[in-house]
Amino acid sequence: MFEIWDGLAQAFWLVITLDSDLVEITLRSLHVTLSALVFASILALPLGALLAVRRFRARRITIAVLNALMGLPPVVVGLIVYVFLSRSGPFGVFGLLFTPTAMIIAQVIIILPLIASIAHQSLRELWSDYHDLLISMNTTQRQRIAALLWDGRRALMTASLAGFGRAIGEVGGIMIVGGNIDHHTRVLTTAIALETGKGDFALALGLGFVLISLAIAVNLAIHIIGRTEQEGRW
Amino acid sequence: MVSPLFPLVVDGATVRRRGKVLVGPVNLTLSAKGTTIVIGPNGAGKTSFLRMLHGIARLAEGSVTWACDAIEARSRQSFVFQQPVMMRRSVMGNLIYPLCLAGLPRAEARGHAALAAADVGLDKMLDRPAHFLSGGERQKLALARALITKPDVLFLDEPCSSLDGRATREIETILMRANAAGTRLVMSTHDMGQARRLATDVLFLLNGKLHESAPAEQFFSGPSTDPARAFLNGDIVE
Repeated sequence: MFEIWDGLAQAFWLVITLDSDLVEITLRSLHVTLSALVFASILALPLGALLAVRRFRARRITIAVLNALMGLPPVVVGLIVYVFLSRSGPFGVFGLLFTPTAMIIAQVIIILPLIASIAHQSLRELWSDYHDLLISMNTTQRQRIAALLWDGRRALMTASLAGFGRAIGEVGGIMIVGGNIDHHTRVLTTAIALETGKGDFALALGLGFVLISLAIAVNLAIHIIGRTEQEGRW
Repeated sequence: MVSPLFPLVVDGATVRRRGKVLVGPVNLTLSAKGTTIVIGPNGAGKTSFLRMLHGIARLAEGSVTWACDAIEARSRQSFVFQQPVMMRRSVMGNLIYPLCLAGLPRAEARGHAALAAADVGLDKMLDRPAHFLSGGERQKLALARALITKPDVLFLDEPCSSLDGRATREIETILMRANAAGTRLVMSTHDMGQARRLATDVLFLLNGKLHESAPAEQFFSGPSTDPARAFLNGDIVE
């Protein structure tokens, strides 16, 4: 029990004094995760909409694979990205291994299936509402996808937030491709793993509380910006 | 101005679903003027018939041919569903959507939408989310949205089936005004009073077949087939 209180106290002091290391790794955490979230959302949300409106031969299998990939083990993704980005790998010339960019790539791969799958689930329902109307109005596929993405934006926000939740707390993948290098690729989760390994439980807990607060703060901010609680059921 | 859509020629058109015939084969010619009312018992294929004419049900056999080419024909039609489909937008957002699809600038579309809303008595509700409207208001919005592109032909699938007398009367007023302005109506209904009020000609469907087709006066004064006579008398026709 003592460690928990000590951790809370540490977290309090770290935040109050705006500890420079803490600020740095917190900002890096946000930078990596939010970048990954933006890229993954740009790809995954239209993909979810496309799977909802378009009937093609491999549709069912695509959806099944996407659902299966929601539980993709981050460590394995990290490993594969590592192999691709390492000096001897196909993308080795870009020198991306052990950079924040590599961490973003790994996180995009980890959260993309999750966001696409949740987006597809919610847009499928919206599409069953809209199907007759949009077909009757003679819309093109692009217009249908645009209408679904716009009118389903609140549900899509939930999909993106689920992706954010997975990415901000993820440690296995970014540990492997980022390497947890101080002042370069260290983020909150990898720092917690390191401090725990060193036996500094109080600092690890302190960082942990900062991480939780950060996740809550980002969620709240997005909900307030999206005004989900004020405008009825969508 | 006479619409380039007509006459519509339906030749042996059939719609099937999983091998079962929903409607057809139907042979029919529809001219440019008037209001056609489609009647018949539940499951007679009224909805499939309207969807078939509108082109959103895939034909298994036969053809539905408008006088102009298919793409232009589609852009000159609208459809109002039995359960109005409300987009998750404001009333204004719902009204301008078809205009924006047609490539109209947003500001201009908003002007049209305001007029269209006034036409159906929704002008005070433009900013309200469409899902918050009552049943009658939803159907009026769906109607205004369908009419905003000034279609040559409007299909309506039992638009008043869940509405009370007053809402039904308001809808009928809007329909008659649209009809007078040159929109041809093809509408299914269970309400024989409504059929008598609006129809210029009547199509009686039974078991997916077009059983009888006649001008309204002739049909209501003396239908030529027994099932139609029984149906008008309020008997249960199967």
